[in-house]
Amino acid sequence: MASLQDRAAQFKPAPMGGAWRALWPLAFALIVGVLMQLVLRPNIDAYSSTQILNIGIAIILAVSLTIVNGFTGQFSIGHAGFLAVGGYVAGSLAYYGSFAFFGSGAAKLGMLSGLYGAPAGAPVFTGGEILFFVSLLAGGLISALLGVAVGLPSLRLRGDYLAIVTLGFGEIVRVLIQQTPQVLMSKEAIAEAPAWKVPLSVGGSLGFGNVPKYTSHFWVYAAVVITLIFAYRLKQSSTGRALLSIREDEIAAEAMGVRTTYYKVWGFVIAAFFAGIAGGLYAHTLGISLSPVDAGFQKSFDIIIMVVLGGLGSISGAAIAAAIVTYLPELLRTPETLEKFAVVGIPLLIVGFAMLGMAGRRSSEAELRSGRDRRALPRVIIGLGAVIVGLSALAFVAKRFNINLGEYRLIIYALALIVMMITRPQGLLGVRELWDGALYRPLRDFFAPRSGGRGA
Amino acid sequence: MLNVSNLQVSYGAIRALHGISLNVEKGEIVTLIGCNGAGKTTTLRAISGLVRSSGGSVSYEGSDITRVRPHELVRMGIAHSPEGRGVFANLTVEENLELGAYARSDHAAIAQDKEKGLTLFPRLRERLRQQAGTLSGGEQQMLAMARALMARPRMLLLDEPSLGLAPQVVSTIFQIIREINAAGTTILLVEQNAHMALKVAHRAYVLETGEIAMEGPAQELAASDEVRKAYLGVG
Amino acid sequence: MPGDSSPREELAKLSARPVSKGHSPCPRFLPTPAYRVDTLLQTLKDGLTIGSLYALIALGYTMVYGILKFINFAHSDIVVLGGWLSLITATAIVEKLGLTPGQIPPWWVGPLVLLIAMVACGIIGFTIERLAYKPLRRAPRLNVLITAIGVSLFLQNTGQLQFVFGTRPRAIPQLLSDQTLLQIGNVHIRLLDLVVIGTAVVLMVGLEWLVFHTKLGRAMRAVSFDVRTAGLMGIPVDRVISITFVIGSSLAAAGGFLWALSFTSIKQPADTSWVLLGLKAFVAAVVGGIGNVRGAMFGGLAIGMLEVFGQQYINPALKDVYVFAALIVVLLVKPGGILGKATVEKV
Repeated sequence: MASLQDRAAQFKPAPMGGAWRALWPLAFALIVGVLMQLVLRPNIDAYSSTQILNIGIAIILAVSLTIVNGFTGQFSIGHAGFLAVGGYVAGSLAYYGSFAFFGSGAAKLGMLSGLYGAPAGAPVFTGGEILFFVSLLAGGLISALLGVAVGLPSLRLRGDYLAIVTLGFGEIVRVLIQQTPQVLMSKEAIAEAPAWKVPLSVGGSLGFGNVPKYTSHFWVYAAVVITLIFAYRLKQSSTGRALLSIREDEIAAEAMGVRTTYYKVWGFVIAAFFAGIAGGLYAHTLGISLSPVDAGFQKSFDIIIMVVLGGLGSISGAAIAAAIVTYLPELLRTPETLEKFAVVGIPLLIVGFAMLGMAGRRSSEAELRSGRDRRALPRVIIGLGAVIVGLSALAFVAKRFNINLGEYRLIIYALALIVMMITRPQGLLGVRELWDGALYRPLRDFFAPRSGGRGA
Repeated sequence: MLNVSNLQVSYGAIRALHGISLNVEKGEIVTLIGCNGAGKTTTLRAISGLVRSSGGSVSYEGSDITRVRPHELVRMGIAHSPEGRGVFANLTVEENLELGAYARSDHAAIAQDKEKGLTLFPRLRERLRQQAGTLSGGEQQMLAMARALMARPRMLLLDEPSLGLAPQVVSTIFQIIREINAAGTTILLVEQNAHMALKVAHRAYVLETGEIAMEGPAQELAASDEVRKAYLGVG
Repeated sequence: MPGDSSPREELAKLSARPVSKGHSPCPRFLPTPAYRVDTLLQTLKDGLTIGSLYALIALGYTMVYGILKFINFAHSDIVVLGGWLSLITATAIVEKLGLTPGQIPPWWVGPLVLLIAMVACGIIGFTIERLAYKPLRRAPRLNVLITAIGVSLFLQNTGQLQFVFGTRPRAIPQLLSDQTLLQIGNVHIRLLDLVVIGTAVVLMVGLEWLVFHTKLGRAMRAVSFDVRTAGLMGIPVDRVISITFVIGSSLAAAGGFLWALSFTSIKQPADTSWVLLGLKAFVAAVVGGIGNVRGAMFGGLAIGMLEVFGQQYINPALKDVYVFAALIVVLLVKPGGILGKATVEKV
């Protein structure tokens, strides 16, 4: 009989397995990134290209906030502060670093960089990209450091009070950025300025648009993949369970021996890191001029909306909601896009979400016993029909009476938000994930024979 | 006076009450005893409309009150003194009492009733201007009862008036319950302290996991073997 | 956002009229001399004006928070709405009277405009509460908060429509004569200053009386402590909540009216200036102790003074930083706010 130690050793991951576990997400991220950049990007128009990029950045932001608001249950409404800090740090490093290393502030694009791809004959990889990568990491790390500072008040404050402090943090970041001196535009200007002042010259309230524009689908979606996998693993890990226990009941968690303050601060640090990375990516996006407003509460609200809409604590929910929130107001710009979407896109989305929604709604006792929700499919069909009819009607009315939908899009968005909060308070996915099988369960329940159901 | 028939309540998928029927006649003290989680408090809450019932009906003096909102019930003459006392800690004792009479507008009579309540609970008179949160547990219970009486109810729902009180205070409280009843108020009393409850009550119902297990005159129940074993800790 | 800096700076200029008067042209790193009594008095007066406006707006936040325990982010939009409604009614009345620009209308126009704005905003506040917040009574607080953000977005974007208020800043017609009542050194105490501070004080005293000396106020305090038990007392909880919203919204409208009178030019909150006003009022409510009516008044004055004095004597560009830094310091030192009680979370 094997000794206890031998048997315990069986449960340790083999060294090779450990390396694999650490590396495959990176490899996977690289593959996804390369595919996005080299296969998808050349085949779509510039507008969609920008939208997809924005969605990617929004996903990173929403998933990172999920770690604080969703997992840990701490209420942060200053997340944009981290975004701005990461963006400004990375942007300043990349911009002034470019001057130091390459003599100008322009981007040195390689094959995988740039929103519209690199010019023909660009090298596969450039030194500029290394600088960009290092700046991103630096932005994330500085942001994470601030995460400690913001997380520490959670030692004393809970709930709304902590929320207000995070809000204050974001606002202070915004005002401080507004006070920064003008961007130095040339080598000579940089040489003249005192050394300490150079990295701080990020344009104040005029914005910081000179950051070299490296961000591409490759970088964004590689980061998205890593963020998603990290968040998923975090949720499964013992740290993740500690975070979740704080969300459920902080006092009970403490009584169970969870070091609540330690984990709360960690939650903030991790979230701040990823938000900082997202900020760096955002700062380096073509057409974006980083400005102090990016640190303000309105941006923070956008991110919170994504997290709550997706379902607090659901990673996939936050990601999907990020895509919807970023894209929906765009959709409403013209009746044409709306029509197109009503016919093609919405049905797919609605089928998906309605089914997801149904999964958690088995309420009556008969349904509990049989494990099936007989109202699921009719509801799906009704919901689907209602949305198609509604959107088509909207498009029709807009066309018929020549109403500029673009003017009303944010009003429609606001109304949709309110209605959503009232009719489905738990968000799209609740606490579950796409891969929890929520998607196919109602279908299975509908077609499965009654005896095959699960017990109550 | 109060008729509950086949009342059902569920919290989500969990059934708390599986169909309870009971009735309270005018002038009675009826007590509802049972263990923790048997559904006593839920029954009271369903009667006063704090929780939605999923089936069955409640009628009071012949009219159906199943769906009547709590604040309207007060106007109909039912006052509910909730579990855990529920005094407004941020208000003074006097303000708490005046809130009890919120539904009334006969100022002279309110002042009279306040006087009556303070005679019933002399301790409160000393603390009239104090914030209710600074009172002791027993005093808060007295305040809660006095406050419920301020509505001049014909029927009083009392939820665990002895909860967390010292034995001496408990006997005072029960003495007062008897006095209130003697003055003409019908009482439905929910208690874990079966011993005391059966002593003051005329009739009693025993609740077990959301169902009525036994009912009868309080003295008979107090004498029955099952109750003595299960709730009175005797034999 | 590109349009951000200019309106903000404009507002800063408006609210800080005395800052650059007769001082060094580069006030940023050189504090203005503090020995001038004029400057001190002027700063005090400005602090009092802005502080009483903050207090008025903070009351709305604090009342809603006290009862429903959520931050009503749409409150600042009600303030803006109040400002705009005052502007529109004032313009209409002035036109009706056939006054030429610069002519001062009779004394009753101001109170009438104020009344109309307050009533209209009260109705709107009532509607919002009934439609958007009431269905969410039992929902998690984060949901209510998002709904509030949704309401705020809705109000903002509706107001920006061309046929509603548009995005162009406009000025309210002059309702009061510019006469100086009292002059101390270089400090002019105008009729306007007295009216602004006086109206704010009267409204606050009225509210204080309502909350602490009437049956309704008692009911409001009871509901804020425990909704469920309040219902058992026969208090119609929903009605009390609605009334709270109506009162908060009309006070916000009064704040908007007075703000428009003091700083003449009002805009839609496309820029952050208005929202920031609301946010600072909210900070005032928290600093004073949220849920506490007296705390909101005290906090409003404190934040107003802090802002104006910091602006005058330290660095005008950082006035928002003082406010938010004060918020964080107060919360860390005394989490319940200065006049509030620290609450221990119950298990």
